[in-house]
Amino acid sequence: MSATTQSPAGKQPGTGEGTGNTPGASRAGGPASTTELVSWKAGIGLGLLALLGTLLFGFLANPKSAGFRIAEARDPNASSTAAWVTLAVALAAAAYVGYRWLSQRREGGGVDRWIPATTISAVVVLGLAALGVARVEKITVPSMALGWICSVLLLALAGYACFLTVQRRRTPGWVGGVFAVVFLVGFMIWIVAGGRDPEPSISLGGLLAGAVTLAVPLVFGSLSGVLCERAGVVNIAIEGQLLLGAFSAAVVATMTGNVYVGLISAAVAGALVSLVLALVSIKYLVNQIIVGVVLNVLISGLTSFLFSTLLTADPEHLNKPGRLQAVDIPFLSDIPIIGPILFRQSLVGYLMYVAVIVVYVGLFHTKWGLRVRAVGEHPQAADTVGINVNRTRFINVLMGGAIAGIGGSFFTLVSVDAFSKDMSGGRGYIALAAMIFGRWNPIGAFLAALLFGFADNLQSIITIIGSPVPSQFMAMLPYALTVIAVAGLVGRSRPPAADGIPYVKG
Amino acid sequence: MSEKTTPEPQATSPDDSPEPADIREPGGTTSEAMASDVVLDTAGGQMPPSAVPAATLRRGRDQDGNGSVLHQIFTGNAMVSVLSVLLAIVLGGILMAVTNPKVAVTAGYFFAQPGDLLTEVIRPYTALVQGSIFNWAGADLAAQLYPITETLTVATPLICAGLGVALAFRAGLFNIGAQGQIIFGALFGAYVGFAWHLPIGLHLLVVILAGLVGGAVWGGVVGLLKARTGAHEVIVTIMLNYIANFLLLFLLTTPAFQRKGSTNPISPFLDSTALFPELLGPQFRLHAGFLVAIAATAFVWWLLNRSTIGFEFRAVGANPSAARTAGINVARSTILVMAIAGALAGLAGVAQVSGTEKYLSGGVAASIGFDAITVALLGRSTPWGTFFAGLLFGAFRAGGVAMQAQTQTPIDIVLVIQSLIVLFIAAPPLVRAIFGLNPRKKKTTTSGTAGSRTSGIKSGAAA
Repeated sequence: MSATTQSPAGKQPGTGEGTGNTPGASRAGGPASTTELVSWKAGIGLGLLALLGTLLFGFLANPKSAGFRIAEARDPNASSTAAWVTLAVALAAAAYVGYRWLSQRREGGGVDRWIPATTISAVVVLGLAALGVARVEKITVPSMALGWICSVLLLALAGYACFLTVQRRRTPGWVGGVFAVVFLVGFMIWIVAGGRDPEPSISLGGLLAGAVTLAVPLVFGSLSGVLCERAGVVNIAIEGQLLLGAFSAAVVATMTGNVYVGLISAAVAGALVSLVLALVSIKYLVNQIIVGVVLNVLISGLTSFLFSTLLTADPEHLNKPGRLQAVDIPFLSDIPIIGPILFRQSLVGYLMYVAVIVVYVGLFHTKWGLRVRAVGEHPQAADTVGINVNRTRFINVLMGGAIAGIGGSFFTLVSVDAFSKDMSGGRGYIALAAMIFGRWNPIGAFLAALLFGFADNLQSIITIIGSPVPSQFMAMLPYALTVIAVAGLVGRSRPPAADGIPYVKG
Repeated sequence: MSEKTTPEPQATSPDDSPEPADIREPGGTTSEAMASDVVLDTAGGQMPPSAVPAATLRRGRDQDGNGSVLHQIFTGNAMVSVLSVLLAIVLGGILMAVTNPKVAVTAGYFFAQPGDLLTEVIRPYTALVQGSIFNWAGADLAAQLYPITETLTVATPLICAGLGVALAFRAGLFNIGAQGQIIFGALFGAYVGFAWHLPIGLHLLVVILAGLVGGAVWGGVVGLLKARTGAHEVIVTIMLNYIANFLLLFLLTTPAFQRKGSTNPISPFLDSTALFPELLGPQFRLHAGFLVAIAATAFVWWLLNRSTIGFEFRAVGANPSAARTAGINVARSTILVMAIAGALAGLAGVAQVSGTEKYLSGGVAASIGFDAITVALLGRSTPWGTFFAGLLFGAFRAGGVAMQAQTQTPIDIVLVIQSLIVLFIAAPPLVRAIFGLNPRKKKTTTSGTAGSRTSGIKSGAAA
């Protein structure tokens, strides 16, 4: 999809990149193989997953019903006008984009890349708005029946993929997307129905809101990775950048009594880690992976040491930052269900959206971004046309560090209001995974981070309601998915060509 | 380090031809000389630089002919390693001094009584030495020697896992996954240890074998994915670490692994037949696993320097394309080297469950897998270098515990010192620049070495 069609250097900004993968497509977007030989990978992969799905959702289904509570996600004071307006806007948007899609298909030309994703999101918003307008409290579904329906659908999709392969035709991307969505629905129903209660149910709003919250540091971290790696510097030090960002945010915010200063200091701290990374790997040409790994250990030791010696001795003056309060965006936060999730965030949460958009537009729609990507793909060529390769890399690594630092401030200024040892807890590595899963693309990384946040949150929720799947396996999911993605079992993820190789002029 | 290395495959090419930096005026920087080294190391910008800067190894040998012995010693690798350790210790000392309120107090009357400040600064390091090598305050010989046995005990898994990482480094692979491989080795070894009941002698052997297999499986998967699909081993190993950890946590809640009558996620104790015998009696924790670690080191030395497979590993590590052209099966080498590296890390897991801990718990691997990376880097990926680096870091670990107990200095300082050491080791030009020993600056060389000697002494005194 996105990364597979790139030519090494000198790409047209915006044409070679996937503009918006739906989460489904990025999960199982593999079928869009570009080779002439039709591979059996899609058919076999989907077939195995379908069998697994049938076994779990069909044969091992729980006779209980599965409930999804919606009432809690809706603010009782929210005006119903917002819901109606959203409904109308989403309907109009869905109709318009759907019309464009159909007309483009009828004309026989290619469909613009953004259209399918936009249509799907418009339809989703439409459905949620309808739920809001109708004031539905809770959706209860019989898990047995729906489980079997999902199983049959999965088997049918896998069969279709196999059929296409036999016909020597490529499996279209939508098969993978639909498959992922059906699988997710079946999985959710199955897992909720397996709860301890006689009528188990989970709060849909809580699930989604938690997912977004948990994803915030991951998104920042993965954006840091995207910025560095697109310029050809491997950034394993995301974990260290997050951790030092968290530490510095806590200490500076407490000392100055101002959380915003703390936020800025977090960015500076992240950039500081990056400075070491850049200096040692770009100037002294040390292997970037080693520097990254070592920096993570160094930052972990340094912050833990300072925490144990200084911060615990005097928490009042060093480790008591205030919190960044959540800010409502008027009207948008009144949108049913997704409003409070997306538009009732802290400053860091909004910065996340801004960062994703800025990095995406910057990398793929500006002259600067073209140069950065050229440096990451083919530094010799970039140098030939007059781009200063090492300076570009230096600046990018610093920027990446600053972004990851802001992500780190999430831990101490938003989620918990004090620093503690190793509080980033390996999220830097998950951010790295999200970046790879998102194929070195800011939007893809964002969606992958959301997926990982979702898996993380789902894991903690199902531990509460009790579930047929041990929570450890849910916790494994992001990592397992990443291994699968890296191994190219679903789609192909290809890093920038010059990733990890220092550039020496001459 | 102390081993006799057969020449690195890449070093066989005669490149003693005058490098540009040699003809330049002495005041210049080393960047161009360094650049040419990196071009060689990265096969002309086709692959990432190797873990251990091979160029400096080469440079050390090149100077056999033209440099004085003294010059060679002071600019060579051993010197850089020693200086890196010293520099890290000094920086760690500064960090401890800055954060210690007593130091601030004594610094107030520094000129009246300088001794107080120095005592306060040196105290943590004294405790570190006391806890890791020789405790002169001990009541009897056993108490005095206890620290060194403790160091050897802690170093055992570090050496084994470090060898795994080092071996992979030599084949050009970054094995960040020692953590997961240790867990798998411990998992397999422990299960055989408490679930099977075999006669004495045989049981321990089977446990070791199971641990080797466990680690080899988890490492081999990485090699397989790398060879078959081109998946980057760094990412795969990091992810497999987490997967192994969660798998361990899950298994410890299942009846097959959980101790009977316990609600904690820990396994039953291993049978006494499955344990490594204690070397110095029951009052010391030192076990025969240490001898196994020595044997493993010797094996890796033999493998790398005396066997065909080892030669293939090193050739692949130096330049996969050239190795392929020469008829070496790169895919097979990759799978094999990762399996052996995993088996070595698995041995570390066995040393943990069968020697030190005697049961399996969620924290069986502690942070050994990550420390192993630093151990391998400090040892410059040579077997005996890794062995001594493992001993050093074992001493840091064992001494750090004593230091924390005696002086309330958090053990985290050990992490800081370790990572600083590796950072400096990985960047020899940085250390040379700091100490002013630049091998390329011919005219300033003598003054540079003299300067380093004094600063070395100075930093030694400060520590």
